[in-house]
This record gives sequence, structure tokens and C-alpha cells, in this order.
Amino acid sequence: MASPIEQFQIKPIIPVINFTNSSLFMVGTVAVIVGGLLLATRHRAVVPGRAQSVAEMLHDFVAGTLRDAAGQDGMRFFPLVFSLFMFVLTANMLGMIPGFFTVTSHVIVTFALALLVIGTVVIYGFVKHGTHFLGLFVPSGVPAWLLPFIVVIEIISFLSRPISLSLRLFANMLAGHIALKVFAGFVVSLLAAGGALSILAPLPLLMAVALMALEFLVAFLQAYVFTVLTCIYLNDALHPGH
Amino acid sequence: MAQAQTPNATTEAHGGAHADVGFPPFETQTFGGQLLWLTITFALLYILLSRLVLPRLGGIIEDRRVRISSDLDQATAAKTRADEAGAAYEKSLTEARARAQALAQETRSKLSAESDAKRKALESELSGRLAQSEQTISAKKTEAMGNVRGIAVETASAIVERLTGKAPAPQAVEAALDQAKA
Repeated sequence: MASPIEQFQIKPIIPVINFTNSSLFMVGTVAVIVGGLLLATRHRAVVPGRAQSVAEMLHDFVAGTLRDAAGQDGMRFFPLVFSLFMFVLTANMLGMIPGFFTVTSHVIVTFALALLVIGTVVIYGFVKHGTHFLGLFVPSGVPAWLLPFIVVIEIISFLSRPISLSLRLFANMLAGHIALKVFAGFVVSLLAAGGALSILAPLPLLMAVALMALEFLVAFLQAYVFTVLTCIYLNDALHPGH
Repeated sequence: MAQAQTPNATTEAHGGAHADVGFPPFETQTFGGQLLWLTITFALLYILLSRLVLPRLGGIIEDRRVRISSDLDQATAAKTRADEAGAAYEKSLTEARARAQALAQETRSKLSAESDAKRKALESELSGRLAQSEQTISAKKTEAMGNVRGIAVETASAIVERLTGKAPAPQAVEAALDQAKA
């Protein structure tokens, strides 16, 4: 029986251009997002059908999240935030299909996405506010003797953002898929053992079904958490200083 | 290129996928390829979404918002017009009622004035005739009274003539009448 981590293997498809199963699913994710949204909005109906309603719901959901966290100014980042949300959500959801590769179960992918967010925050923050952006690390209303410690803590917390942002998504997707695989593996092992043990086989199967439902929730939730945190960090770039 | 082949080669070397393969997410030789394709696909996604999908989706939502608000504006305008028409109707109704009342009042007063005038004319005519009649009566009366003396003179003369056989002197009769009358 295959090891639970085999599903995370990167397998080359076209080695010449480094095209792997991961690349294939990244391309698939983009194709599903763009194709799905274009197909859903092809009628441009004033009274939307089911597919168009879903597309509009996704749009309004992300727009609402961004506007709540970063205000109307934040809407300039809407394409970026929407792209991130859709990419993570679709990659997570595609990964839920048995046999499919989960792009977001690789820390380098989630870390790159997190760096993109933090990079945008830092670059936009300095371009827009110059050195005033550093006010982010100096909270107002702190006693002078406490300030050095606070500044150090703020800097550490800022630097840990890309790490926590990427590890949260990566670890959730990885752990969920491993747990699923382990429980599904129990079913096969118990059946293979035969006799009394095979009667117990439905138990881990039930567990796997329950985990599957939980993993769908996690797949959505992690995409949402990633998006909300992105919005909050972008708010820092737009409005530095507490 | 060689980087991507390495894990597969390792796997094959161990004769199966499940043996001691490294932990795939931490196999640094796959990072380059993943980053390359993540950059390509995410850039493509960003461009397609920001240039094509989001303008279309935002346009649909904005169109609907505009449509709804313009429809609401039109409905408000229509309601205002309806209210205005209602008010105008009420006003013209009130005016018509007032005009009808004025007309009725005018007609009534005209008619009563006319009938008053007719009555007055009739009255004055009647009183004229009455006065005329009274005049005639008094004239006739005077005339009659004048005749009475003549009749008395004649009667007295006739009586005296029958009794005495001779006609009295007219002066004596006149004097006797004057005496009797007094």
C-alpha cells in the first residue's frame, strides 16, 4: 500500500520545461477559474442564472471582505486579492478530488503566495508613505521606556507574517490529506486482514467520509483565512500607524 | 530540468513509491520548477482576471445597480406625476364645483331680480290703474252730486206745482234747498 505522503510527490511530465504534475494542476486551477467565471457570466444577464449568481457571490464576497478590512482605498488591490482567493480556493478544492494533486500542500507554493502579499504590502507601503510606513512598527500611546521592546516585537511579528500565513495553509492542506489517506488506508488494511478484522472496516470508512466533509470545510476556510489576512496586511500598507 | 527528474529517479531506484522517499514538500530540488510554474500561472490568472473577468463581472453588477436605481427613480417620478395628476384633478373638481355654485347663485339672483322687477312693474301698473279708477270714481261722484241738486230742484218744483198748481220761483226753491241742506 502506498505511503500517505506519496500523494505529495512531484512527478515530471515534460522535464524539458520543468512541467510537473504540480504545474499541470496550477494550469488546471487557472483554467477552471477563468473558464468557469467566463462561462458563468457569458449571458451578462441582469437577472442572473445559477452559475452567474455564484460568480457574483464570489465577487461580492471578496469585495466585501476587502472593503471591511481595508476600506474603499483597498479596492485597488481587488484583482490581486480576488486572484489569491480564487487560486487558493480552487487549488484546495481540486485537491479534494481523489487522485488529484493539491498545489497548496507544498510549502514553497504557499510561501511564494505569502511573500507576494507581504512584498506588495512593503513595496506599496514605502512607495505611498515613504518612511512614514515605518510608523507601522511604532504604536502610538506607548510609554517611551517600553518603546524599544515594542518596536522589536512589532518587527518580529511583521517578519513572522509571511511564515504564519504560508505555514497555516500548507499545514492544513497537508495534514488533512494525510489524515484522509491514513483512514482510507485502514479500510484497505482491515479488509486485507480478513476475518473478524474486515467486519471493522466500515468504521475507518465512516471516519474517512466525515473527514472528507471536514476537509471541504477546511479547504474553503483556509482560502478565506488567507484572504482575510491578506486584506488586513494590505490595510497596514494603506493606513500605517495604529 | 535535472532537478525535477531527481525525485522520480530516486523513487525508481528504490523500486516503489512508498519506500524511503523524502518528504516531498521539503525536497528543495522541486522548488525551482514549482516557483517557475506558480509565477507563470498566477501571473496569467492575475492578468486574465483583472483584464477580462473582473471588468465583466463588475460591469454586470454595476449595470444592475444602475438599472435598479434608474428604475426606482422612474417609479418615484411616475408616482410624483400620479400625485400631481391627482392634485390637479382635485383642484379642477373644486373649481368646477365652485363655478357651478357661482353659476347657480347668479342664475338664482338674476331670476329673482327679474321676477322682482316684473312684480314691481305689475304693482306700479296696478296702483296706477287703481289711482285712475279712484279719480274716475270721485269725478263721477262729484258729477252725481252736482246732478242731485238739479234733481232736488226739479223734484221740489214738481211737488210744489202738483200741490199748489203753480210752479214756484226757482230762487225760492234754491233758497229752501240751501236751508234744508244746512
